[in-house]
Amino acid sequence: MAIIRTKGLTYTYPVATKPAVDGVSITIEKGEFAVLTGPSGCGKTTLCRCFNGLIPHFYRGDLRGQLQVTGLDVKETPIHELALHVGLVFQNPENQLFALSVEKDVAFGLENLGMPRNEMQKQVDYALETSGISHLRLKAPHELSGGQQQRVAIAGIIAMQPEVMVLDEPTSFLDPLGAEKIFKVVRALNQEHHMTVILVEHRLDLAARYADHVIVMDRGKVILDGEPKDVLSSEKARLIGVGIPKVTLLYQQLAEVGLLKTNEVPLSSEEITALLRGVLND
Amino acid sequence: MSFFDGLKFRRVDSAVHLMDPRVKFFYVLAIFVIAILFHELIPLIILFLVQIPLVILARVKREWLRSLRGAAFLATVIFGTNLLFRFIYGGYSLIPSDVEHASAMTLRFLVLVESFSIFFLTTSPDHLGLALEQSHIPYEFCFAFTTAVRFVPVLAEEAQTIMDAQKARGLELEKGNFLKRIRNYIPILIPLIISAIRRSLELAEAMESRAWGAIQKRTNLYVLGLKATDYSMILISSLILVIGVYIRFSISIPSFST
Amino acid sequence: MIRVNQVSFTYPNGTEALRDVSINIQDGEFLAVMGQNGAGKTTLVKLFNGLLKPSSGEVLVDNVDTKETSVAKLARSVGFVFQNPDSQLFCETVEEEISFALRNFGFDDLKVKKRVTWALNLLGLTEYRATSPFMLSGGERKRVALASVLAWDPKVVVMDEPTIGQDHRQKERLRQFIIQLNSQGKTVVIVTHDVEFVAECAPRIILMSSGRIVADGTGKEILTDPTTLTKASIVVPQITQIFLGLSDLGFPSDVIDLLSAKEIISERLISR
Repeated sequence: MAIIRTKGLTYTYPVATKPAVDGVSITIEKGEFAVLTGPSGCGKTTLCRCFNGLIPHFYRGDLRGQLQVTGLDVKETPIHELALHVGLVFQNPENQLFALSVEKDVAFGLENLGMPRNEMQKQVDYALETSGISHLRLKAPHELSGGQQQRVAIAGIIAMQPEVMVLDEPTSFLDPLGAEKIFKVVRALNQEHHMTVILVEHRLDLAARYADHVIVMDRGKVILDGEPKDVLSSEKARLIGVGIPKVTLLYQQLAEVGLLKTNEVPLSSEEITALLRGVLND
Repeated sequence: MSFFDGLKFRRVDSAVHLMDPRVKFFYVLAIFVIAILFHELIPLIILFLVQIPLVILARVKREWLRSLRGAAFLATVIFGTNLLFRFIYGGYSLIPSDVEHASAMTLRFLVLVESFSIFFLTTSPDHLGLALEQSHIPYEFCFAFTTAVRFVPVLAEEAQTIMDAQKARGLELEKGNFLKRIRNYIPILIPLIISAIRRSLELAEAMESRAWGAIQKRTNLYVLGLKATDYSMILISSLILVIGVYIRFSISIPSFST
Repeated sequence: MIRVNQVSFTYPNGTEALRDVSINIQDGEFLAVMGQNGAGKTTLVKLFNGLLKPSSGEVLVDNVDTKETSVAKLARSVGFVFQNPDSQLFCETVEEEISFALRNFGFDDLKVKKRVTWALNLLGLTEYRATSPFMLSGGERKRVALASVLAWDPKVVVMDEPTIGQDHRQKERLRQFIIQLNSQGKTVVIVTHDVEFVAECAPRIILMSSGRIVADGTGKEILTDPTTLTKASIVVPQITQIFLGLSDLGFPSDVIDLLSAKEIISERLISR
């Protein structure tokens, strides 16, 4: 069942001359882990803003085409109502925390919705637990590392229990260890809590292995849309400079000269190691 | 800097920290009124001393001493000017009561610093925001307050980075005459302002994304309620107020110098 | 060029950021300082141009003790490119932005013009000479910041997290640019936790963890040593993971980059 569906979606920012998103038609299924990627300035962030209504309600500008999220028409639905269905986590962890303690921050959305206190406390506990930061509940944001701050932001979204979580390059300011923890939390949300996840990410070497679906954008258009193995091994992806994992590149270069062949294009070092081992032991 | 450090909130688990900020504010007000009512040394000494148990109870002695030390410079100035005025008005001579008066004025200032320092050291900005909210101040204002406090350390760090970046490009802040020195700060102020604008836009986006303004009557994770300690604090503050006013208007106060 | 002798550094708030650190950077070297956030990497490199002075020990730049000179003087030989270009951009045009440091260092007008043209050309920014830096994209702003430092031709260039927020293509261009700079004799120091980026550059690596240097050696030595990397919370590069996984089949275990990997594996597959 489709949870997000766009058709010919085109959006131009108020003073811009060119559309930032140009004729995008995609479908995200319920429960999917989708990775959205493409070079800087390709329109990924703009598309994320469409999913939760920041576009067109906050940014104004010119939005054309169809855009349905969890069965709601985004153009007709206010942002605060969409917030119940779609959560958006931003790139810079620092600028999305407002309160002076972690638990108060996690509660922010629920307070805005007017949730009764005892219920709110339960939701906050659940969100802190799920994102593995219960021990930080009384800390102030500036006492936390970037990775911890980002997990607070994620907890703030979890607390609101949306069906879809969109994360816009959540790990780009983090070190590998911090990034890994974010991916683990997101994966658990997807696998155990059946939340639909849309992850915008450059570092496919870290993210590709979790994805069911990869969408590649360039200059506002979707140019590839499909299963990770197909998308990442396509010539087009390499040409526009998508960060294809090195193991996949290695496989491609060996396959080009006819030295390796498989239907399961390797995306991680374990997969290619097993493949090579198999071939060499034959 | 050390003076402000002496006002910065420390998370300590004490009865004073747990008190309702509104109650503590009432206490600060009571001390303030009484300190203004008296200009004699003895009552001000008493007023200074009665607050010390509270400092000990709140376990913020070190920070409190630091705030007093930070106020030392201003206290000296107050003492000096008072003495100077008395000297000029007294026909260029000083009598012991002039010194006593100057000391009293200085002590009055220290009493005020003392009570403010107790308030800020033991009240988390979060609680303060909450107190504002529950005092029926519009939520937007309270939100602006807590967010401003939240971003103070962030902006301080950012200013430091910008300063480093420009110094690394040969900017010398201390160079040149007065006007030139002011101009030297332009390369620091512009990036700082631009980043603050960008930050506020991102914050607005994040707020919208978390259902800001969904309903008129929002709820709150924390609620302030008055406890036994709060009532005793109200009682103590009221007593200070009543006794102070009574003494002021019906008992003549002895002095050291007459 | 730069000599760090038993340096410790403690911030005014009491955080001990460096503990007894000693390194020696030669002229023309290419060095990557790696480690987790908070390991002390940025603190270490801020000693190189005097932005921070050691609490104990000494830092010598060209045999001059950094305690005895100013940041402005040291900056002449040690250029520092900050992580976020927005911490420095403030002028109305890209040209002025690049001239800023040159004027601070007292270059005359003719020389300023010449150096600006050279730097714009070096980073492919010539068409933006009269554009406001704030109108440029993130990647372009990063290049303006880099140009504004390279313009005065410092002997050493320090870059703090140059790959953060960069996409694949931008990183690739940056990598080639750094290698080119270094081959022209410039000493390059990068601070990073981007292990895949470093694996393709193969510089000398200094690995840091909680304020100490835990390893110092060539890219091949350090990136193929999982125990040491784990100490600094750095993951083994993907290519190395493959070779470590196949070491029982007689593959070498010191391969870090894609090109060598392809050659070695091709050879094995062909000779099979």
